[in-house]
Amino acid sequence: MLPTAPQHNGLSVARLIGYSLLAGLALCAVKGPDLIGIDPARQSLMHTLQGPSAEHWLGTDHLGRDMLARLLSGAQLSLALAALSVLTAALPGTLLGILASWYGGWTERLLTLFADAVLALPGLLLVLMLAAISPGSWWALYAGLSLTLWVEYFRYTRQRSRVILSEPSVEASRLLGFGATHIIKRHLLPEIGPGLLTIAAFGAATAVTAVAALGFVSVGIRPPTAEWGVMMTQLLPYWREAPFLILQPVLCLVVTVLALHLSVGVRRPT
Amino acid sequence: MIRSSGLWSALAGRASQAVLVAVVVGVVSFSMMQALPGDSAYRIAAGRYGYDMMDAASADVVRTELGLDKPTSVQLANWLGSLARLDLGKSAVTGNAVADELKVQLGHSLLLAGAGILVSLIIAVPIGIAAGLRPGGALDRITLGASIVLRAVPAFALGVLLMLALAVHIKLLPVAGFQSPKHLILPALTLGLGLAAVSSRVVRDAVSEAMAADWQLFSRTKGLSSGQTLRRHVLRNATLPVIAYIGVQLAYVIEGVVIVESVFAWPGIGHALVHAIFGRDVAMVQGTALALGLTYVVLNLIIDLCCHGIDPRRRSIT
Repeated sequence: MLPTAPQHNGLSVARLIGYSLLAGLALCAVKGPDLIGIDPARQSLMHTLQGPSAEHWLGTDHLGRDMLARLLSGAQLSLALAALSVLTAALPGTLLGILASWYGGWTERLLTLFADAVLALPGLLLVLMLAAISPGSWWALYAGLSLTLWVEYFRYTRQRSRVILSEPSVEASRLLGFGATHIIKRHLLPEIGPGLLTIAAFGAATAVTAVAALGFVSVGIRPPTAEWGVMMTQLLPYWREAPFLILQPVLCLVVTVLALHLSVGVRRPT
Repeated sequence: MIRSSGLWSALAGRASQAVLVAVVVGVVSFSMMQALPGDSAYRIAAGRYGYDMMDAASADVVRTELGLDKPTSVQLANWLGSLARLDLGKSAVTGNAVADELKVQLGHSLLLAGAGILVSLIIAVPIGIAAGLRPGGALDRITLGASIVLRAVPAFALGVLLMLALAVHIKLLPVAGFQSPKHLILPALTLGLGLAAVSSRVVRDAVSEAMAADWQLFSRTKGLSSGQTLRRHVLRNATLPVIAYIGVQLAYVIEGVVIVESVFAWPGIGHALVHAIFGRDVAMVQGTALALGLTYVVLNLIIDLCCHGIDPRRRSIT
C-alpha cells in the first residue's frame, strides 16, 4: 500500500523528460499570460472558431476568445491550485505522521481514525462533495483537495518513521543526548524525503486532474474563468467545426499529468 | 480446527469503513445544507405550501417542528440520527423519495462498472500474458509506453477522445444516452481502457514473476509441456495479484463511474450526484454519495473474499 524506498538509478531519460516538461509548463504558467499580453476574456464575436493565425496562434474559441491566452491562464490556475493544495497537504500530513509515530497511544489512534475517515471514500468523490459545500468557489476546491491529499503523507510518514525511530542508530543518537529536532532532521527526513516527493508529484497530478474533472462536469470552477475542464465542456459542442480546439485543453491536461508522472519515474507508490 | 481469523478481521475492517462512509457523507451533506443561502425554514415552508401561501408564521411552524432553532450541534445529531435510521428524505427537485430513485440508478451504475471491469480484463489479460512471457521484448516495451501515456489521460478526457474518434467520426456508436445495449459500449470502453492501462502491467509482472519461479522450472522438468505449465501453474499463480489489484482499482472505478456517466449522460448514480450538486439538492447528494460509498465498501469486501477463497495461504490455522 505504501511506497517503499525509491530506487535511485540516477537520472533516467524518463525523469529528464518529466523535469523539462514541468519546467516548461511552469515557465508558461508564470510568464506566459504577461508575455503574450492578450486578455483571455476578451470576446470578438466576428472572429469565432478560427484556426491558427498570426494574430491568434492557436485560434479562437466559440466566443472569439484567444485560445493561447485561455490555455495559459488555465495553466496558471491549475498549477497554482495543485502546488498550493500539495503544499498544505504535505506539511501537516508529514508533521502529523511524525507526531503519531513519536507519541503513539491516543494521539496515533485518533489521527489514524481521522485518516481512515478520509480514505473511506474514493478521493475524487470526497473532493467533489467538499467542493460542493460552496460550489464554484476556488477555495472550496482548494480546501477539498488539501483535506483529501494530506492522508497519503500522513500514512507514509507514520509507517516509515515507526521503523526508523526504532533503529539502533536513532537509539545511539538519543543516548548521546541529541534532541527530537536533531533526530528528525538527521535520521528521519533524509530517509522519507524521496518518498514524500513521489507522493507530492502524484498528488499534484491528482489535483490537476480533479480541478479539470470538476470543471468539466460543471461543479468546479465556473465558466467565465479560463480553466481546462471548463474549456473542454464549452468547446465540445463545436467538435465538428473545430476539432483542433477541443483537443488543445485535453492535450495540455495530459502533458501536465504525464510530466508529473515521469518526473518521479512513473511507478506510483502502491 | 481450521478457522479463518484473517476473514473476520477483513469483515470488521470493512464494517468500520462502512460506518465511516456514512459519517463522512452525513457531516459533509449537513455542511452543504448549512451553507445554502437564505433561511432554510423559509425554503422548506415554500416547498411545502407553495411560494404564495408561505409567510413568516408558517416558516416559524416549520422551524420549531424540524428543530431548526436548536444549536447546530443538536441539528447535526438529528441529521445523523435520521441517516442511521436510513431515512434519506425526499429529493428537493423531483419530490420522489431518494431511496426509490437510488434503486433504479444503482442498477445502471453497477452495470457500467461491471462492464468496465470486464472490458479491462479482456484488454489487459491477453496483453499482459503476452508481454510477461517475453519481458523486455518488443510487445512488452510498446505496451509499457502505451500504459504510461494512457495513465496520464484522465477518464473524462479519455471519454471525450473516444467520443471524437469513434462515435462521431465513424458514426458507429451512439454518443450519449441509455436506449440500447450499444449505448453501453463507449462508456464501458472508456472505463475499461483506463483500468487496463495499469492492470495490463500487473498481469505482465505477475506472469513474468511466475515464469521465473523455481516451481515453473520444476514442472517443466517433470515433463509438463509449456502450455500445460502455463495453464496449470503460471496462470493460476498470476490470478491472485490480478484480482487483488482490482481491489486497488475500485477507487478508480467509482470515480470513473461518476465522471464517465456525466460525460455520456448515463443515468446512473454518479450522473445523479453531479446533477444534485449542480441543483443544490442536498438530500439527493447525500443519498447518491452514500450509495456510491457503500458500493465501494461492498465491492472491496467481495474482492477480499475472492482473494481469501483463491489463496490458501491467507487462511491461518489456529
